[in-house]
Amino acid sequence: MDLRYTEEEEHFRDELRTWLSDVLPDVAPVPADHTDLVARRAYDTDWQRLLHDASYAGIHWPAEFGGRGSTPTEHLIFLEETERAGAPYVGVNFVGQLHAGPTLIAEASEEQRSAHLAPILRGDHVWCQGFSEPGSGSDLASLSTRAIDDGDDYVVTGQKIWTSFAQVADYCELLVRTDPDAPKHKGITWVIMPMDLPGIEIRPIDTALGSGEFAEMFLDEVRIPKANRVGDENDGWRVTNVTFSFERGTAFISEVISSQRLLADLAQVARKVTRRSATAWDDMGIRRELGQLDAELDALWSLTKRNVSQAQRTGMVGPGGSVFKLAYADVRKRMADLAEQILGRAGLAIGDTLDLSDLDHVGERIYTLTLTIAAGTSEIQRNIIGERLLGLPRGDR
Amino acid sequence: MDFELSDDQQALAEGVAALCAGRFAMDAVRAMQADGLDRGRWSELAETGVFALCLDEAEGGVGLGWAEAAVVFEQLGATLVPGPLVATTLAAGLVEGAADGTVVVATIERSAGPVNVEHVAWADLVVISDDNGLWSAPAADLVGAEAAHPLDPLTPVRRVEALPQGEQIADAAAAVDWRLRGALLTSALQLGVSIGATDLAVAYAKEREQFGRPIGKFQAVKHRCADMVTRVEVLRAAVYAAAVTLDGRGVDSPQRSVSVAKILASSAAAACGKDCIQVHGGMGYTWEVDAHLFLKRAWVLDLAFGEGDELAEELAADLVS
Repeated sequence: MDLRYTEEEEHFRDELRTWLSDVLPDVAPVPADHTDLVARRAYDTDWQRLLHDASYAGIHWPAEFGGRGSTPTEHLIFLEETERAGAPYVGVNFVGQLHAGPTLIAEASEEQRSAHLAPILRGDHVWCQGFSEPGSGSDLASLSTRAIDDGDDYVVTGQKIWTSFAQVADYCELLVRTDPDAPKHKGITWVIMPMDLPGIEIRPIDTALGSGEFAEMFLDEVRIPKANRVGDENDGWRVTNVTFSFERGTAFISEVISSQRLLADLAQVARKVTRRSATAWDDMGIRRELGQLDAELDALWSLTKRNVSQAQRTGMVGPGGSVFKLAYADVRKRMADLAEQILGRAGLAIGDTLDLSDLDHVGERIYTLTLTIAAGTSEIQRNIIGERLLGLPRGDR
Repeated sequence: MDFELSDDQQALAEGVAALCAGRFAMDAVRAMQADGLDRGRWSELAETGVFALCLDEAEGGVGLGWAEAAVVFEQLGATLVPGPLVATTLAAGLVEGAADGTVVVATIERSAGPVNVEHVAWADLVVISDDNGLWSAPAADLVGAEAAHPLDPLTPVRRVEALPQGEQIADAAAAVDWRLRGALLTSALQLGVSIGATDLAVAYAKEREQFGRPIGKFQAVKHRCADMVTRVEVLRAAVYAAAVTLDGRGVDSPQRSVSVAKILASSAAAACGKDCIQVHGGMGYTWEVDAHLFLKRAWVLDLAFGEGDELAEELAADLVS
């Protein structure tokens, strides 16, 4: 066991730092209006183009597909340094970079790869994800969006939900049911849906935070060429799961680093908030909880390194990813509770803490509600951990 | 960066696990409640090199690092091996006979009496630490009544009215190292306690049937077990990080890394102990089932070498400095 970085890894970090300090002064702040998705797309894809031109796009993609082919540890360093430097997030490029792209690399035909991979890396194409449905959340494999075989096309009808950024996406990675009579996992097909096809209607869904990236998508006899199918017909469930083998323990690195910054700021806020004759900081319970959470975030950063090291050795993370997600969500929700306690009336408005901080502790408090739900609820994570890691018997589903 | 156990570390863990399974099975461990520390088994630990693990080879030690020590102490904790393991290991090189198991060493942080001190009845010698250094006193000089019912039946406790001054054996800097290393090894024991409690609960959840199925099939029980192993893995990362940092292969300060480990250990070990009892239902509250022994050991270890709450306050102070 050795937590120190090798000379090559430090060299990679130094180069990246130099590049970030060169380009970031010219990068504008994130557009203030969170609901203006067109501006958001332009902002995020401009950043993607900068990364691309500096050979930092697709850091974890194999070099033969245009990526940098970095090791998991270099990927960790990349995410750590970009976050510490305050660089923009992956944003609208999330699905293309981290989900659809890796799936295409693993499963798509030559033609499909050459049509799609480079534009994703350049920030030319934005992807969204058409997986969940109103009736299929945690039980994703029960999805019912129907694809009827019609010559060279599938004719697709159904409803998708949580298709974030669909309003500004060019393509959708779409799961459809091609065989309604087969067992639920055996009748699903993975297709590439261009978002400009007739029959697609997108309605935004406002989030509890008031942000506008959520959407639902109604598909009414959308004609998708069979040439857009990735993998075999009815083999879409396997194709979807292949993507998870790309996970290398890096998923929450930006979050952990930004959480540490939030917590340190919260400690400073506690020193400024006065309640009666004392500050929040004078409350021993608050100080202890700040220290406890600081320790837990530190431990989660170490756990990240363990998962990344495991990925570097074996190529897989396994249930360690679920363990991390479960623990991280818990820490962030307790941080949110602490923020509420510390802020008092300064917590009554999103984005304005009565000049106590430049950070949006109130918005973050609301955001943490997603952490036990999105990308597999904490209940699903506990099932995965209980069954795959501990070998407990599988329950009724 | 490579934060996985090396093959040698893995082999060391397996070797100690085998020793514990063979020589520190629960019936042998429980016998020490009535019979006192089993000096024969203590010597076997010494022969394996447990107490001399981090002592230089020139001084007759094994010459391994704190990472290896953490891996070994994790195994000792998981099987609830009793006795002043941490103090005796820290004393190797300072106190003649500690490394080879002939002298059993307990420890206490100096404070005004009366104070409850662990392990005195089993020890030959007690090392008292304070800001000025380390002080050694014969165990017999710690005068007081032995607790009839110590919290952990396998950790004897003596009510000492006043600690003796003792004879100075090391300076203030050594006392700082003593506390730091002691906190690391205690955290590793707590990691082991967490693992032992989790393993016991999971095994019971697989075997115990109610409503015609193993209780581990119910999400209420399964999810509790998942929370237990989640605490274990987060704690493991913190303990290993602290250990490699003490070995000079880390990226943070040793003090911070060790505090993080001890804070996590405090909350994780007690929580796993309580969950283990809950998974066992009524049987978990019996003397016969080992679940309570894990929780009680967790409570005892929390008090050794820095309590989680106090360390958390120190970390908070660093956040604003």
